Amino acid sequence: MKSFEYTITDPVGIHARPAGVLVKEIKKFVSTVTVNKGEKSVNALKLMALMGMGIKQGDTIRIDVEGADEDNAAAEIEAFFKANL
Amino acid sequence: MITIQGKGVSTGVAVGPLYFYHRAKSTVSRYEVTDTDAEWARFKTAQERAVKELGDLAEKARKEAGEEAALLFETHAMMAEDLEFEENIQSLIHDKKLNAEAAVSDTAAQFAEMFAMMDDAYFQARAADVKDVAERILGILTGAVQGGVDSPVPVILAADDLAPSETVQLDKSKILGFITEGGSGSSHTAILARTMGIPAIIGVGDAMKPEYAGHEVIIDGSNGSILVDADEAARAKMLKKMEEQKKTQALLDEFKGKPNVTKDGQSIRIYCNIGSPDDVTAVLKNDAGGVGLFRSEFLYLNCDDYPDEDYQFEAYKLALSNMEGREVIIRTLDIGADKQIAYFNMPKEENPALGNRALRICLNRPEIFHTQLRALYRASAFGKLGIMFPMVTSVWEVREAKKMCELVKKELTNEGIPFDEDVEVGIMIETPAAAIISDRLAKEVDFFSCGTNDLTQYTLACDRQNNDLGRFFNPHHTAVLRLLKMVCDNAHKNGIWVGICGELGADLSLTETFLSIGIDELSVSPRSVLPLRQKVRDIDVRVVREKILTDLMGDTIGEI
Repeated sequence: MKSFEYTITDPVGIHARPAGVLVKEIKKFVSTVTVNKGEKSVNALKLMALMGMGIKQGDTIRIDVEGADEDNAAAEIEAFFKANL
Repeated sequence: MITIQGKGVSTGVAVGPLYFYHRAKSTVSRYEVTDTDAEWARFKTAQERAVKELGDLAEKARKEAGEEAALLFETHAMMAEDLEFEENIQSLIHDKKLNAEAAVSDTAAQFAEMFAMMDDAYFQARAADVKDVAERILGILTGAVQGGVDSPVPVILAADDLAPSETVQLDKSKILGFITEGGSGSSHTAILARTMGIPAIIGVGDAMKPEYAGHEVIIDGSNGSILVDADEAARAKMLKKMEEQKKTQALLDEFKGKPNVTKDGQSIRIYCNIGSPDDVTAVLKNDAGGVGLFRSEFLYLNCDDYPDEDYQFEAYKLALSNMEGREVIIRTLDIGADKQIAYFNMPKEENPALGNRALRICLNRPEIFHTQLRALYRASAFGKLGIMFPMVTSVWEVREAKKMCELVKKELTNEGIPFDEDVEVGIMIETPAAAIISDRLAKEVDFFSCGTNDLTQYTLACDRQNNDLGRFFNPHHTAVLRLLKMVCDNAHKNGIWVGICGELGADLSLTETFLSIGIDELSVSPRSVLPLRQKVRDIDVRVVREKILTDLMGDTIGEI
């Protein structure tokens, strides 16, 4: 499993639009992606559950990537966060 | 008359009959199913169609209401096929043997509640999205038709809160304004109303009673007030306000794209004064020819330390590229006097208006000036840039500033960084000294821009920020206007142009004077552009010139 931490800089937090694009991004890979905030964690493919976490600007989250293509997936997903959130 | 107060989210005044939005409510049936696989397939078919419809709506919205509205539908499509949403429905159908309608409805209610309970306005507003997506799927499942406006005349539309798909499907020609019970400034109704340019008021709660239907209502989106069956006086007042707005719009419709030419063929450029790259939108919307004064102070005021070259470069580049090739004249740093910045660590002065400010700071602290000029010249490769220096009193100051420009250009050439060789370099004329020696200054620069606020303050020795001096601070003073004429004459003798970038430029009672003395450019706030254009097109300089010049230059006291 690969993990990385990310602090949200987008003023609205993880809102619908980037969350939707994130889902599309993740679908490119076979790995399972989990977003963790404090005690809570969700499968990042679940758009509404992800939005329901109410992740805001300044929140630090941990992203776990697990599966056959986890190296590649983790790198690309981290790049996506940096560029969009 | 009944007065109701809501929150205005889109400005404008509208008058019309009140109409309640009729929603084709799909009543949700609830029953147990035996063939759960068939029921699941029924849901999947409806879901697929909903996603397709939303995709089509996104395209329609992109054309009618802009990119923002289009993105909303794309988000809806994602919600409709969301895994979490789908899994919840699947479990209700398979495990609880619920019919598809009930499963969709229950799931949507659950998610909407989750969003509604979040402590952030943005996410709370998403509750409406979930309901809207569910309504669409339910509509497809039950074969219901979408609601709309069924009225022969245009109406003020009232609703609880319009869903995005509902707003896009509305017949826009039938709607004068919106009133909603709930909603927020970021709701779809608000966005749509602003795009359509019609008023919208939200958050009126249950104040809009069903019995008001068909009654005349007047809504004012600028303050959120709603009048039902307004009395004569209130009605007249609102109608007047509406007339004024129509006039402004008509001005735009009539004068947009027209040249600023007087009846006898004298033309003048009308540019804008702006304070940040964001203001460019307003400049283009009001059809100005360019930016005559871009105050660069915002860059310094927004930072906790000296803004570096790249940061400045990006901001200038943004403004230049967004102006689509129209000229942008950026004034170099003008702080000091009434504008102080902590990290500059300027010693307190007894008399800051006459102190270390503007170009004086730049010449005293060349490293700051050097950084700004490098950023400016680098940005010049991305549009039509002009540079001007504020607060000039002597020829040597201009020469020293220009020397710095030459140094920067040489550096960039050596570093192989592209820049525009033909950047116009000008100065502000805002001190009596600069006006009086404008014949000599004109030989040094490409243009003059008169800052009338400071020119008035310094000429009349009158503090423009002292409220007790109101009647002494008179920009129409003959001394000020004579200086302006002198500057014009000296500029033209030396083949350079002159503009005015102070408040006075927009003073319509002086437009004839400015044209008569030969001002070439007026730089005003964006909203003043079209009224000024209208004024210019109405003037015949041949008719007024002689009297104006006699009043100004003669030895008897005229009107000025």
